[in-house]
Amino acid sequence: MTMIFGVPLAVFTGQLLLGLINGAFYALLSLGLAVIFGLLKIVNFAHGAMYMLGAFATLLGMRYLGINYWAALLLAPLAVGLAGMLIERLLLRRIGHLDHLYGLLLTFGLALIFEGTLVNFFGVSGARYPTPESLAGGYQLGFMFLPKYRAWVLLAAIGVCLFTWYMIERTRLGAYLRAGTENPALMQAFGVNVPLLVTLTYGFGVALAAFAGVLAAPLYPVSPTMGSNLLIVVFAVVVIGGMGSILGAIVTGLAMGLIEGLTKVYYPEAANTVIFLVMILVLLIRPTGLFGKEA
Amino acid sequence: MTQVVEQPARSEYREHDGAEMLRIRNLHAFYGESHILHGVDLEVRRGELVTLLGRNGAGRSTTLKAIMSMVGRRTGSIMINGTETIGMRAHRIPRLGIGYCPEERGIFASLDVEENLLLPPTVRSGGMSIDEIYEMFPNLYERRRSQGTRLSGGEQQMLAMARILRTGARMLLLDEITEGLAPVIVQKLGEVLVKLRDRGMTIVLVEQNFRFAAPLADRHYVMEHGRIIEEISAAELPSRREHLNALLGV
Repeated sequence: MTMIFGVPLAVFTGQLLLGLINGAFYALLSLGLAVIFGLLKIVNFAHGAMYMLGAFATLLGMRYLGINYWAALLLAPLAVGLAGMLIERLLLRRIGHLDHLYGLLLTFGLALIFEGTLVNFFGVSGARYPTPESLAGGYQLGFMFLPKYRAWVLLAAIGVCLFTWYMIERTRLGAYLRAGTENPALMQAFGVNVPLLVTLTYGFGVALAAFAGVLAAPLYPVSPTMGSNLLIVVFAVVVIGGMGSILGAIVTGLAMGLIEGLTKVYYPEAANTVIFLVMILVLLIRPTGLFGKEA
Repeated sequence: MTQVVEQPARSEYREHDGAEMLRIRNLHAFYGESHILHGVDLEVRRGELVTLLGRNGAGRSTTLKAIMSMVGRRTGSIMINGTETIGMRAHRIPRLGIGYCPEERGIFASLDVEENLLLPPTVRSGGMSIDEIYEMFPNLYERRRSQGTRLSGGEQQMLAMARILRTGARMLLLDEITEGLAPVIVQKLGEVLVKLRDRGMTIVLVEQNFRFAAPLADRHYVMEHGRIIEEISAAELPSRREHLNALLGV
């Protein structure tokens, strides 16, 4: 059997794939956080809850409304995005003139409310969501077995990340967003409806989280706490990549997933902490993050 | 998706030549608790070039910001082309045909020169085309792929002006456009202003460099302590030069 540094090849590539999948979720979630932080300057602590709501919408939609996976992939982000726009319009906007820490507190409170409500009804053990039939099974690649669904998750997540990057960096709407991040008052003086732009941005950011939630539903148990467990790691990813950097969020997310996967192979005890070690190192050497701009 | 940039309805913008483009009455402006403007009255007719003169802190920049609704609070009356704007939401005001060039220039670092140039949405038809703009400012064409803030101060100023010429705005509010620039650039900006005036643009110029403004302007307003204290026409200027110098402390 082929060995890589004393580890069987199949185990090595298997963990690498798991790492990449985790990395895809980190990338999607930290991307949404970066987009929101850029324009609203709010660290969105409700982001994990939005991811969880995406997964729950998928689960409950199937159970009670007969909505299948593919429809949920579109509808759940849409529903969560609309909810996010309401949250921005009704709550976040009212505290927009205060210190941004209040936004953090508010979104943290919202996350607790969403989680607590769902724990009350569904408990914390989590429910299974079936893998869609067309994506059941997998490919035998010789050196490893590649489940179809995991390949799909990887493709979909990277596709959505690249689409978002293109929208922000290469289109006119994206130019409004970048400029609005720098100087919202001047953008208003040019005739851009910045409050509307802020609402749409928050909605889009949380819709990304919900999209990740739908992708996650067949992989992980759907439970009210699935988001808060993930969010801590995602925050570390954002810090490593650099606050507000779009490309940084994507690349760092994938890279951290890989690093985590490799650590699982060679030193499993450190797998849960390795990202935080990287974060500490980055903060020591480059406090603005790997892709962050100097202030 | 709702349009972030709504197209202005045709009726919002009425042509009436020779008429007032801007009429400000009893304008008060506040930043938080500080009361900056204390009852400003002024009017600008279509096609005029008017300056706001005064010492630092007299309220000239704040007057322009108040017109764009960029101050904390404002009261009084600001009529733009016959439309009352005092209660209007900030992003609707430029759509009445106003272009604003801020004192700090407001070039966006995350955008390249051409993106900066194309950024402000069109507020009205009849703006300059991108080719005309590059013809007027050849430097910007050469550096169109550079990051906006990597330009020299003079080029950034040209960019800040150029981008509001594309939008179809018919009244320009220009805040200290010559500040800190080399004489040759200041001269170039003077030539641009003459061209814009000849195109029928209405221009309100906040200017520290009186020698730059004097030959260009039709009228001058002098501000002090957040009020207009003097109005001087171009014809009256030679006889009142010393009085003006005393007011401005130069």
